[in-house]
Amino acid sequence: MRTIEILDGGLFTTVQDLGRVQYQRYGVAVSGAMDSFALRAANRLVGNADHAAGLEVTLLGPEMRFAQPAQMAVTGANLGPSVDGRPIPMWRTVAVRAGSVLSFSGQRDGMRAYLAVDGGIDVPVVLGSRSTSTRSGLGGFEGRPLRAGDVLPIGEPVGARAVARRTMRPSDIPSYGHDHRVRVVFGPQDDAFSDEGQSTFLTALYTMTPHSDRIGCRFDGPRIAHRTSADIVSDGTTLGIVQVSGDGMPIVLMADRGTTGGYTKIATVISADIWRLAQAAPGDRVRFDAVNLDEACTRLREQEAVLDALVTPEATRPATPNEDVYDEDAGGGLAAEGFGDLADALDRTGWGRSQ
Amino acid sequence: MYERAAFLTAGDSAVVVEYGDTIDEGTNLRVRRLASALSARRDPGVVEIVPTYRSLMVHYDPLRLSRAGVEAIVVDAEQHLADVTLPPSRVIEIPTVYGGDYGPDLNDVADWAGIPRDEVIVIHCGREYLVYMMGFMAGFPYLGGLSPRIAMPRLPSPRTRVPTGSVGIAQEQTGIYPTETPGGWRLIGWTPVRIFDATHDPPVLFEAGDYIRFVPATAGQTQAIASQIAAGAWTPTVRHRE
Repeated sequence: MRTIEILDGGLFTTVQDLGRVQYQRYGVAVSGAMDSFALRAANRLVGNADHAAGLEVTLLGPEMRFAQPAQMAVTGANLGPSVDGRPIPMWRTVAVRAGSVLSFSGQRDGMRAYLAVDGGIDVPVVLGSRSTSTRSGLGGFEGRPLRAGDVLPIGEPVGARAVARRTMRPSDIPSYGHDHRVRVVFGPQDDAFSDEGQSTFLTALYTMTPHSDRIGCRFDGPRIAHRTSADIVSDGTTLGIVQVSGDGMPIVLMADRGTTGGYTKIATVISADIWRLAQAAPGDRVRFDAVNLDEACTRLREQEAVLDALVTPEATRPATPNEDVYDEDAGGGLAAEGFGDLADALDRTGWGRSQ
Repeated sequence: MYERAAFLTAGDSAVVVEYGDTIDEGTNLRVRRLASALSARRDPGVVEIVPTYRSLMVHYDPLRLSRAGVEAIVVDAEQHLADVTLPPSRVIEIPTVYGGDYGPDLNDVADWAGIPRDEVIVIHCGREYLVYMMGFMAGFPYLGGLSPRIAMPRLPSPRTRVPTGSVGIAQEQTGIYPTETPGGWRLIGWTPVRIFDATHDPPVLFEAGDYIRFVPATAGQTQAIASQIAAGAWTPTVRHRE
């Protein structure tokens, strides 16, 4: 069996896939990657199915040793990934040798990085998913964040040649920063808020608080005024729904949210913008913009097109012998090239690929 | 209960189908009927159906199904609700030891109600509670219909740790904590029954629409049941409800 040994768990590293659906009626949280765009990109880079499990690395990275050669990709936040002490390019398939150590030198941009390995992290499937729900102690690796000494099973590889040096177009690589515009669709309980409250929500700047986590992103800012009570008879929740309790502060419910909730929900973040909140850090500023459902779907289709482009021929350069193995000889060149791409992406102003 | 379902937008991938704004068995029955009808249809693009007290949430894939398409599916399913036969409601018995360390708030509830603690127990185990829905955490049942006589409000400040199996009350609700968690309900008892088990599918001992009856047990009896559960040799007493 192929494995990865965890030498240091990092701050909060969990096994995640696209989440646990079909059990919300039993109160089982969906969980899954906070930034599913980044996880899916990583999976496609290494030739995995979208729903294969990878690692979600939060802010301070772990250290791990690959027992066998593997194709891997790191996407999402730039937390300074290195293999055997040398920086590696992100959003690109990188080959590692048996014994190679992946580590992270520190945060540069974003909150959550994703690691995919060809074959996927092969922890047991619990209720249809490998995602970790730390709140229920369910799924993932023993239902908890990784720590030193854990040995993660990896599935069978899909064929190194086919995925070697796959890369995302530099213009498609998102940058995160500290100011975020997040699009929402009003509802389900927007009519519980006064006109003034709705307008406050859309015009004010909200600051993410340190109490934000995988359950929800919490914000401080101007109070959103209700027209009616802030409490309702509990109903369903969904990813990105914006709950406003009696204190008038918005909480955007994220991957580990409870399946039901008894507070009014003014709006819901569009699917194509969830990654912006997944990558936002405490202290970051967020402005919410209202769009209609048509626009939300258009943005989602654009995002899907970016993922589809990952496996088209122009994104998949043929590998020459030895070029696809990341080691002392070939690594430097790869890294320099990769960081050039990333620097281009970071230099771009504005809000990334979908605006 | 509304005459017609209200469709509420919950982003680009979910719609709330709402039948009312109160907790009552009639509205909840209509929700469960629609949930059953929609689940049986298996329409492409419909991802998951989540019934709650008085509405249900339809999660869908917006790349495969439009919002108008979801509404059309719901409206069509509603035309055939009369044909939906829900499985008969079951009553699941939950052996419960009341008071003492097992139910540290029982005396407070008795004081609040102005009745002896034994009477709190008699009232609590004297009726069958409908499982309106599950939520809050995996396997947590929202049980309606607690007697107003013992409907004490939540603790002013939640406990940081409520043990697995604790039986609590909060206003006119009662429930069982399936996993250890922080929580603010008044704890009056404890059951050894594992109501949530992720290694089983379905993972919960009951479904929305079933009923729960708490059956008083001694500490010794519940410990014996706990041993049988650990050995995989215990099944709950279940009967069909008239």
